[in-house]
Amino acid sequence: LTGLVYGLMALGLSVIFGVVRVVNFAHGEMMTVAMYLTLVLFSALKLDPLVLLVPIAAVLFAFGYLLQRGLINPFINRPEHSQFMLLVAVALILVNVQLIVFGPDAQGIRTAYSFDSFQLGPVIVDAAKVYAAAAALLVAGALFAFFRFTLLGKSIRACADNYQGALVVGLNVKHLYALTFGLGAACVGAAGAMLMAVIDVTPTIGPAYTLLAFVIVITGGLGSMPGALLGGLLIGVTEALGGVLFTPSAKSMFAFGLLVLVLLFRPQGILGRKAH
Amino acid sequence: MKRRQFTQAAAGLAAATTLAPFGIVRAQARTLKVGVLLPRSGIQAGIGQDCHRGVQVATAVLKQLGLPGLEIMNGDTESNVDVARSRAERLISEGAQLLVGAFDSGQTTAIAQVAEQRGIPLVINIAAAPPITEQGYKFVFRNFPTAPMILGDAFANQLEVFAAAGAAPKTAVFMHVNDTFGVAMQKGFTGVMSKFTMPYKVVDTIAYDPAARDLSVEVAKAKASGADALIMVSRLNDAILITRELVKQRWSPMAVLSMGPGWYEDQYLKTLGKLSDGPLSFVPWYDPNKKLAGQLEAAHRKAFPEINLNTNHIYTFEALLVAADAFKRAGSTDPKALADAIRATSIKDNVSPGPGVQFNAKGQNDAMKNSAIQNRGGKLVAVAPKAAANAKPELPMRPYDKR
Repeated sequence: LTGLVYGLMALGLSVIFGVVRVVNFAHGEMMTVAMYLTLVLFSALKLDPLVLLVPIAAVLFAFGYLLQRGLINPFINRPEHSQFMLLVAVALILVNVQLIVFGPDAQGIRTAYSFDSFQLGPVIVDAAKVYAAAAALLVAGALFAFFRFTLLGKSIRACADNYQGALVVGLNVKHLYALTFGLGAACVGAAGAMLMAVIDVTPTIGPAYTLLAFVIVITGGLGSMPGALLGGLLIGVTEALGGVLFTPSAKSMFAFGLLVLVLLFRPQGILGRKAH
Repeated sequence: MKRRQFTQAAAGLAAATTLAPFGIVRAQARTLKVGVLLPRSGIQAGIGQDCHRGVQVATAVLKQLGLPGLEIMNGDTESNVDVARSRAERLISEGAQLLVGAFDSGQTTAIAQVAEQRGIPLVINIAAAPPITEQGYKFVFRNFPTAPMILGDAFANQLEVFAAAGAAPKTAVFMHVNDTFGVAMQKGFTGVMSKFTMPYKVVDTIAYDPAARDLSVEVAKAKASGADALIMVSRLNDAILITRELVKQRWSPMAVLSMGPGWYEDQYLKTLGKLSDGPLSFVPWYDPNKKLAGQLEAAHRKAFPEINLNTNHIYTFEALLVAADAFKRAGSTDPKALADAIRATSIKDNVSPGPGVQFNAKGQNDAMKNSAIQNRGGKLVAVAPKAAANAKPELPMRPYDKR
């Protein structure tokens, strides 16, 4: 179930790369920003994180839009290592600002359902994870609908499919790129708000989530939206099964094992398209 | 100015110039530069910050004891072995005359290598992996029990607790972190347990990653073993995660027997509220009957009224106590003289249980004793050994759904 939330986080990475062709190395750190925002708003307003995900996604959207417009856009046509260094620098700044503001201790929130669970025969399911997974599916569904049925969504897809063509037909590519980065950041924001219902946050967990997002999108298919969700689900299930059937301490090994298998036998990812 | 006055002034100036360096030497010898290496950021940041509270309280208490002042130079290991090594190098280059640290066995091992190579004494505050003091090092000293010592006392104290409570588990599942400390404890567990007649049988052993974000699978596996009790070797964040999972997965073992940090720490108590009550921790603690323990407790309460005195504070303080005591006796900042003075340490009025602080030929304080403590209403009480206890144990633990 948590895999679906991870999938939503990775969906943001996939959307950004699929359109803007920039790999967001500050992805996990942006998620910890969203988690801390949830923490602060929860303390102040006592609203459920699943309600807070709407304003937090909006804030992260604005952050992503401005970040792309102001900082990343000049790097779009620069070598990939320049983009890499820029986003790693952004990630480092985010981690250190969070350390200064919130300190290094793990912090969490306690909702009315934090300790609830559902019993389905012999299986006990964590209620918070069920709600978070349902919300992740809902947000992902809304994003799919946006890209499929709205004019703006179609314009963004046009940019992704044919950059030159998009320019020729008069699309404002800079604005659409920033919008896409904002949407990717909004996905991360929503995922961060949901994750606060499930786990605690520390500033230093960001890099682990960036890595996890990469594993998920590479498994599912870089640039593929359904692939990101499927990747999240597969990684979650693989870790759980590996932990139950073998040893829990090696569960990450099974996730990376799956990644290696995908790279060997389907390098474009499970739902990815081959590069031409 | 007359010639005689000029001659006197010149002679005075010459004398002052000649003696000045000795003056500087005397001034330098008034304080000892101590490089304190702790994981104050990264995954162990919470515990590293907690250890630092022991440093903050130490100055005032050492002054009360009439010991010389220490000039503290802080180094953050970032919970990383390589960073720990480089920070140790840097602190020594910046003038540290003695090192203290570093909570984690892996990081401490790296720092010990640097200390030995550079000939600077290292007083370990917390680190339990036995090999650290088995290398024949001449500059490394540990006033903290090794994993086998912790385990031996843990089993002895468990037997005392079960007898006092009139209840004991028949089966147990052993869960441990798979870091240096956790693996050292796991390796020693079976061997040390065989020396005691324990009432329970260990039905499963589950290792897990200390950086894990989700421990639901681990707890599900432990629950499936059907064990009466849960034996833990953990850190702080994972202790919180495991407790949450115990509640969510509706499993209330009759006892949680922890042989490491996490379960008694303030953040654990604050984060979980009434759900934090009940676990027994078999840990290096303090003897509330010792005079210095009272002094440290009072100073700690004054500085941090919201935080209970715990292992992290106590052993970090005692490491600095060892440093200040050795410096006083050595009367010098010379590393070799300091190391010789530490080797000859004999502090009877200390804080931790046992006969006091002294080191064997390997640099290990092998006379230390550990305690059993229990979480009770957001506070910690010592329940064993009887000589260092202030409450009786409560067993079985109250089920989580009845709180």
